Amino acid sequence: MSDKKCNINPNSTWEEMTLGGTIYDAGNAEEFKTGDWRSKKPVFLEEKCKQCGLCVPTCPDSAIPVDEEGKRKDFNFDYCKGCGVCMKACPFGAIEME
Amino acid sequence: MSIRERLSGNEAVANAMRQINPDVVAAFPITPSTEVPQYFSTFVNNGSVDTEFVPVESEHSAMSACVGAAAAGARVMTATSANGLSLMWEVLYIASSLRLPMVMACVNRAVSGPLNIHNDHSDSMGARDSGWVQLYCETNQEAYDNFIMATRIAEHKDVQLPVMVCYDGFITSHSIENIELIEDDVVKNFVGEYHPEHYLLNREEPIAVGPLDVQPYLFEHKYQQANGMRNAAKVIKEVSEEFEKLTGRKYEFIEKYQMDDAEYAIVVLNSTAGTAKAVVDDLRAKGVKAGLVKPRMFRPFPGKEIAEALKNVKAVAIMDKADGLNGVGGPLFTDVTSAMVVNGVTDVKVVNYIYGIGGRDVRTTDIEKVYSDLQEIEAAGKVEDPYRYLGLKGGRA
Repeated sequence: MSDKKCNINPNSTWEEMTLGGTIYDAGNAEEFKTGDWRSKKPVFLEEKCKQCGLCVPTCPDSAIPVDEEGKRKDFNFDYCKGCGVCMKACPFGAIEME
Repeated sequence: MSIRERLSGNEAVANAMRQINPDVVAAFPITPSTEVPQYFSTFVNNGSVDTEFVPVESEHSAMSACVGAAAAGARVMTATSANGLSLMWEVLYIASSLRLPMVMACVNRAVSGPLNIHNDHSDSMGARDSGWVQLYCETNQEAYDNFIMATRIAEHKDVQLPVMVCYDGFITSHSIENIELIEDDVVKNFVGEYHPEHYLLNREEPIAVGPLDVQPYLFEHKYQQANGMRNAAKVIKEVSEEFEKLTGRKYEFIEKYQMDDAEYAIVVLNSTAGTAKAVVDDLRAKGVKAGLVKPRMFRPFPGKEIAEALKNVKAVAIMDKADGLNGVGGPLFTDVTSAMVVNGVTDVKVVNYIYGIGGRDVRTTDIEKVYSDLQEIEAAGKVEDPYRYLGLKGGRA
């Protein structure tokens, strides 16, 4: 079934799809961009950010990138659904929703 | 050597479960299926099985636990009836669409309301389009045998679907009959060990089960599922032939009783077939060419086989122990007549009887009435009223 890993696309036939739609590959959320679901948008105010890191694990998707030094970068809107949990988690008002 | 016993239908099925020794049984009690998990829990308690028994708080949870366990890679079983099956509804579809093999004893009982605990087929017939394979059983022996075969059918790689083994509440579930059990080790050998290709507890292959399946995908997954159901017919045949070699007991898609030269036939499921066979014998002794067709499975539907069996009769009565409430006959009637037309059997007079609703007793005299009606229909050359009710008190509205 390894040939079916992540090769499923909207043109796939029933012969090519896995039974029941089971996904045989871990960590594939990156393949699925959900940013167009968003109605509200978080804004990262870098000057207020203390790099405490509290916001990062609250993101249910992959919208808060972290660099090699462990610093959070600006949002990756390909994956941000605008849920706002990061804004709630920030103790410093460094995230605002608009 | 087989073991001669005398058991109720529920005891027989609970013993089949003991012999199979599944990984997980999750169930909630409801009459008349309660005894199955009840007997089985004693097997858990006395150590004759090492099954994880999950006594849940509802049937919705029972079926959900079955789905979770099956997705994890376990061999899973459950039992329910009537409103219990109703409460499982949405999860029945999850089980079949995620292609999770499991086996359920569906002890047929009328779905409320008004409240009734007795036998008819409104529960399993309501679930006929839920994607489960459905086997129907006339006797305790058939319930036991089908339950064992169901394990192999469900788990076959070309099927991977859940199976419902349906038998009549009280009539079959609680009546004690002579039965031939198969030795424990022979059953274990027949069902084998269950090794699914993909399962959640496999550390080597992390998978996600039941993802969002939007417009480009669901159609194709449903087609795969329908294929699994079509494949089930082939697998049922193979497994039944192997079972016959083991036990001498022959199971086909349909049982044909005195059908070779039959002129008047009835099509009937489950225990009423036993009553009707006695009537057939009686009529045959009087020179009436009566016959009977008993489908052993309803899903997948053996349409071709039923049409073939009926092609030479003059008139046939299709008996439904569930009123489809559609105004034009019960579910067995609509499927049988559809199969007859599609297979070119259009020269046979057909009539539907709704019977036995809510446990209404069905006697040989009732079945005799059906055969005499069929002879009247043939003599009249037409069917005045194809949608009939057998044993209803009062006139027709």
